[in-house]
Amino acid sequence: MLEITLFYIAATVALVATVLAMTRTNAIHALIYLIVSLLAVAVIFYLIGAAFAAALEIVIYAGAIMVLFVFVIMMLNLGEKGDQRERQWLRPSVWFGPAFLTFILFAELLYMLNGIEGPASTEAVSAKEVGLTLFGPYVLAVEIASMLLLAGLVGSFHLGRRYLEREE
Amino acid sequence: MEGLNIPFNHILLVACLLFSIGLMGLMIRRNIIFILLSLEVMLNASALAFVAAGAHWGQADGQIMFMLILSVAAAEVAVGLGLVLQVQRRFKSLDMDNANRMRG
Amino acid sequence: MSELIWLIPITPLLSSVVLMLLAGKFPRALIAVLGSGSVGISALVTLFFAIGFLSNPEPVQITYWTWMQVGNFAPTVAFYLDGLTLVMMSVITGVGFLIHLFSTEFMEDDVSYARYFAYLNMFVAAMLILVMADNLLLLYLGWEGVGVCSYLLVGFWYQNPSNGQAARKAFIVTRIGDTAMALGLFLLFSELGTLDIQAMGEAAKTNWVIGDTMPVIACLLLLGGAVGKSAQLPLQTWLPDAMAGPTPVSALIHAATMVTAGVYLIARTHELFLFAPPAMMAVAIVGLATSLMAAFTAMTQHDIKRILAYSTISQIGYMFLALGVGAWAAGILHLMTHAFFKALLFLGSGAIIHCLHHEHDIFKMGGLRTRVPVIFWSFMIGSAALAALPFTSGFFSKDQILLNAYLMPGVGPWLWFGGLVGALLTAIYSFRLVFVVFFGEANTEPDKAPGKRMAIPLIVLCILALVGGVFTIPVAQVFPDVGEQHPAMWVEMVSIAVPLIGVGIAYLIFLSKQLNVDGLVNSPVGKGLKRFWFSHWGMDWLYDHLFVKPYYGISAMLSSEPIDGVYNLIVSINQKLNEWLSQSQTGRMRGYIASMVFGLIFVMALSLGVL
Repeated sequence: MLEITLFYIAATVALVATVLAMTRTNAIHALIYLIVSLLAVAVIFYLIGAAFAAALEIVIYAGAIMVLFVFVIMMLNLGEKGDQRERQWLRPSVWFGPAFLTFILFAELLYMLNGIEGPASTEAVSAKEVGLTLFGPYVLAVEIASMLLLAGLVGSFHLGRRYLEREE
Repeated sequence: MEGLNIPFNHILLVACLLFSIGLMGLMIRRNIIFILLSLEVMLNASALAFVAAGAHWGQADGQIMFMLILSVAAAEVAVGLGLVLQVQRRFKSLDMDNANRMRG
Repeated sequence: MSELIWLIPITPLLSSVVLMLLAGKFPRALIAVLGSGSVGISALVTLFFAIGFLSNPEPVQITYWTWMQVGNFAPTVAFYLDGLTLVMMSVITGVGFLIHLFSTEFMEDDVSYARYFAYLNMFVAAMLILVMADNLLLLYLGWEGVGVCSYLLVGFWYQNPSNGQAARKAFIVTRIGDTAMALGLFLLFSELGTLDIQAMGEAAKTNWVIGDTMPVIACLLLLGGAVGKSAQLPLQTWLPDAMAGPTPVSALIHAATMVTAGVYLIARTHELFLFAPPAMMAVAIVGLATSLMAAFTAMTQHDIKRILAYSTISQIGYMFLALGVGAWAAGILHLMTHAFFKALLFLGSGAIIHCLHHEHDIFKMGGLRTRVPVIFWSFMIGSAALAALPFTSGFFSKDQILLNAYLMPGVGPWLWFGGLVGALLTAIYSFRLVFVVFFGEANTEPDKAPGKRMAIPLIVLCILALVGGVFTIPVAQVFPDVGEQHPAMWVEMVSIAVPLIGVGIAYLIFLSKQLNVDGLVNSPVGKGLKRFWFSHWGMDWLYDHLFVKPYYGISAMLSSEPIDGVYNLIVSINQKLNEWLSQSQTGRMRGYIASMVFGLIFVMALSLGVL
């Protein structure tokens, strides 16, 4: 009973935070709200027994990726002018079309969810199980993921160079 | 902890909502930062769906997928922010509409 | 003598080739000798052959080689000479030689002296091949040859574009007839299995019955070819315009020889025509109608050569009338006498034009009787023969035609009556010409008199025009005997009297001016009629509106390439689609995202089974 309540609270927090994150004009504010949303999702993970996933969510997603975001935004140094521009771009009239499309998509997704029943989980999945499965049947995926990260590394190194034009 | 009788499709519902919100943000915002942000929201929503499904079936595969999604998000953010830097340098603004030389 | 027959067409042909290739360097005298001499040699050989033939009238057939052999179609290059051919050959070489002689003086100021004689000689060669041919294919060769030479000679002064147009008109209109004739040849070959004229006659007797449809169709097609070449209805519009050529050309080609090719063709294939009475009736009616139409027109014309051109059309109509009623010999006799007096008239008019520094309008001439008497007497005699006054050659031939027309069962008297009207009009317009040009006051003074080389042919032709009708032409073995019927006496009397009445009318109107028809002519009806007849019953206008304008209209429509337009339409549709669709590539990411979401919705709806 308590867990269900907790779940709903966490879900609400996640949703509200996400909505707020989408609608802010200041990038840092939006990022902070997003971090809150991620934390709420981590709570949901914990509640359904995926503790390892919850930990990873917090540590990597909210802790590394979002922090990277924050660093880059602060490096860009947008300032007050950026806020004003954002406000200008975010007029209500811009929302209608996307809202309509999103609504239809959501309706379809809802339709799809209709026949699904059952509890979210019956038992927790421990980190040990995850580890065994990861380096057992999914070891190839691990290698590929590492190559992906390597590609990301090289790409971001190249794209982040200051004088890209002069080198050409 | 065990199942706790959280209805499965409620979690999926939450995931769908998050996804839709992220999608709407993606379509609306013009600033590159916010577009990347919306992408993160969408990735997160799909990760939630995976983990919930894995927990539903009692397998570790859901969390493994979650980890792979995580690594994809990390790589993508790294490259994406590099692109943001380039756009800022070239166009002196973060307006996504400036990068329209592929029109035709 | 028959071994030298080949000289007759070859000498002019050779001379023509030499003149075309080499005569840029020759002096005038040499060109003249070569040009007229070659035809003179042909005339001499013809004369010797004629003497031999008259004493021993056996047809001569000489085969030189096989032209081609395709299946069972093996035409040969062969000559067949009987009385009919001999008459034609004599006319062509004899009158041709006189005209060549005349030309040596008439054209002596012209720059293209050699080219003229080259073409004229080639014409004589082609015409001789036409009349001497043993089979219809070789005849067709000569037929086409004279058509080409007519084109070349009508457009001789090519620097003037209207001469070129007249030449083209002549060629194209006769081409239509030639196509009909070619179709007729195909039909005849498929029906009778051969194009040899004598063999065709035999085959016709076995394959056909009088009154069959096939002979009628084939003969009507041959008639189509004949009316093209001989300028009869409906293909006669080219002849008046062909007067744009030099006058001796008009004399030779368009009076004496080429335009009689159609008459010769029908006479030559008369055995086939005998199997098709409807075709013969068509020949007669075409001849009569053309004759009357041209006679009415000649009365209103004022260019001296055009009067003579319409007169030629009219007289050939008489020949067709003769052939149509079965009076073959009379038709050929008229052909011969017509060659004499029409050549005489044309050469005379050429002399007038030469001496009056190229004046063509008769109302600007006058009083030439005292100034150029040679030409005056030539014209008098020629016109008398044309009008068929008694004791001229034309009298004998035209008289025979009219009498034979009268004797035809059924419509005979109507044909005779039509012929009489034509004779009346002939007399009126020919003497109108004489009186206006030679009597009265001189509006233009001649600046030179005709020289010997112009006068001698005129004189010779005068003699022939007077006595030429007395000879019986040696065609008795060629044509079937029509019998010696004589119509009633009054018919003959009327036939003789009518031309005299015509001369009288012309005298009263144009010379003594006692009969004043100005009121009649200048009345509205009169003016309208005069314009109508002047434009040759509107035939040029009719053809222009019936064929030329639609053709130009269609080619103008097609010049914008409508068929290409279909393909261009496909191209332009694609281009429009491309333009329209490429507008969706804005380069803006949000648009692309929106379209992706749209697609996603659609695919999901499909997979969920909602759509």
